[in-house]
Amino acid sequence: MSGFETRYTHGGDEWVLIELDEAMSLGVNMRAQAISERLLAERVEGVVDVCCANASCLVRIDPDRLDPRDAISLFRELEAEVGDAGDLRMQTRVVEVPMLWEDEWTHEVLMKFRDHHQTPDKTDIEFAAELNGFASTDEFRAALFATPLLGTMTGFAPGATWWYPLTTADKLIEVPKYVRPRTDTPERAFSWGGAFAAIYPARGAGGYQLFGIVAAPQVDPSRRLADFREHDWFFEVGDLAVLRAVERDEYEAIRAEVEAGSFRYRQAPLEFAPAEFLADPAAVQAAIRRAIDGA
Amino acid sequence: MALEIVKPGLQATVQDEGRVGLYAHGMPPAGALDKHAYRIGNALVGNPAGAAGIEMTYLGAEVVFSAPVVFAVTGAEMAPKLDDEEIETWRSYRAAAGQRLSFGYLTAGARSYLAVAGGIDIAPYEGSRSTYTLVGRGGFEGRPLAAGDVLPVAGAVDGTPDRRVPEDLRPSYEGDVEARVVTGLASYRLEPESLRALFETSWKVTPNANRVGYRYSGGELRFVEREQPVGAGSDPSNVVDFGYPVGSIQVPGGIEPICLLNDAVTAGGYATVGTVISCDLDRIAQSQIGQATHFVEVGIDEALAARRARRAELESIVETISNGRRSEA
Repeated sequence: MSGFETRYTHGGDEWVLIELDEAMSLGVNMRAQAISERLLAERVEGVVDVCCANASCLVRIDPDRLDPRDAISLFRELEAEVGDAGDLRMQTRVVEVPMLWEDEWTHEVLMKFRDHHQTPDKTDIEFAAELNGFASTDEFRAALFATPLLGTMTGFAPGATWWYPLTTADKLIEVPKYVRPRTDTPERAFSWGGAFAAIYPARGAGGYQLFGIVAAPQVDPSRRLADFREHDWFFEVGDLAVLRAVERDEYEAIRAEVEAGSFRYRQAPLEFAPAEFLADPAAVQAAIRRAIDGA
Repeated sequence: MALEIVKPGLQATVQDEGRVGLYAHGMPPAGALDKHAYRIGNALVGNPAGAAGIEMTYLGAEVVFSAPVVFAVTGAEMAPKLDDEEIETWRSYRAAAGQRLSFGYLTAGARSYLAVAGGIDIAPYEGSRSTYTLVGRGGFEGRPLAAGDVLPVAGAVDGTPDRRVPEDLRPSYEGDVEARVVTGLASYRLEPESLRALFETSWKVTPNANRVGYRYSGGELRFVEREQPVGAGSDPSNVVDFGYPVGSIQVPGGIEPICLLNDAVTAGGYATVGTVISCDLDRIAQSQIGQATHFVEVGIDEALAARRARRAELESIVETISNGRRSEA
């Protein structure tokens, strides 16, 4: 744990924010996940929404059933019980995410908004590669596809997930957001902002750097696809994602499967222990890849 | 019994108390922006709490009733008429089959609520009939109402006409808006004098004001200089992405604070610095473009007291309506 002392603040009369740290790390997200899980599992009377975030938890309370001042005492106890969550073992799944790198659609949009960007004379990929010390965009691309991603937060809009790279601190890719947000982003654009990857579930405004487009949906309000039968969305906090590069032909083939309603995400169950990852990142990265390769 | 939408006005949506439990998944509660006016509307027509009605923004809809029904209009003053006759807001009426409800110009407030005895009877989505237009979920086909839409009304409630909210118990939408705010969340990111300025500035509602949130102009706020932590992004107004409460105020780039409302984006990476208390979100929902707004700092004790006071006020109104006279309590 870092030396940061958790901040508990009231969000008006109905919300409590538990800010576990100002900085992102795998460790702090494990604590956020563990606290959120406990809050949901214990079905605390008066707690109506529990939102696990990257380095915090946001809780909505019905103050007519639970006094928010008492809620904070309760959350403090829970936080103490969770501790550093060092023994956390997550029963999760690895999901393969097929992605078309530097596709024509995101390229067209990012070229349209060059005047909103730090480097109008470079693409987002060229900018991010150079900023993170890669000799070429090919090396950048290879590093990015080789790194598994952990779903550390959902929210913003249905189907949106924040993905944090499971890698060592020296290899963490970080980029600023656009100087001024774009007013347009293609649906399913694969992007990066701060230390997080994110996929835009739907077309809309946005400020993350654009690298490509994923073939499969993040949200399906019609719930036609088998992976979306229970919810409009598929991905959950704690999911592991492995990116797989596809070419245009395969991208179109997957789009056709989605249209036909037959698409399913390739996935495999996996027990993920963050402590094991921190002790031997390469071994756990390899285990994640083996799990999905065997699916 | 059904309502036929002849003209939808500027934006009319089916709303109720909203949905809970899905905020973590990016699904905001939606629901009536002004809960107080919406709840009084249900009380006037004799509905149980939570019955769905229609929220109309700035410009009212034109509606034809297919069968006799008791209805009431609450919230913003939009000069309602039943056929050619002017009618009062905050009062229940019985419409005959084929009668037409229409509206004139807006004179006060921003959102009117149409309650009909029985409530709008459409299939709920995830526990609520509220419309969330951003993803096209809930309400009537997930969208604002359009000409030709026919909305079924449940027949379970007969309703009583001529129930009125006494004048002194009707909310006023005149004058500057005061919205009480509990400081917190990432308020530590603002320089102390900027946090003071948030409460001392007379903010104006910009045209960028809708169900997602209200944006204000009137000053610039400064963030404490720091080396940005891992994952936060480079702008000083950025934090590691976190959840945004409904009612929270964020200040992207230090200009134009945004107060999120019921169709909020549920999370993001801008520092939020405080949260408007739930009962004052009703007042914000009735504020118009250009209207002066003051944020007033309160503590959690005061916020909870205000909540109780509003609840007591509503109960007193409901009792008065049901008894047809002023309650002595």
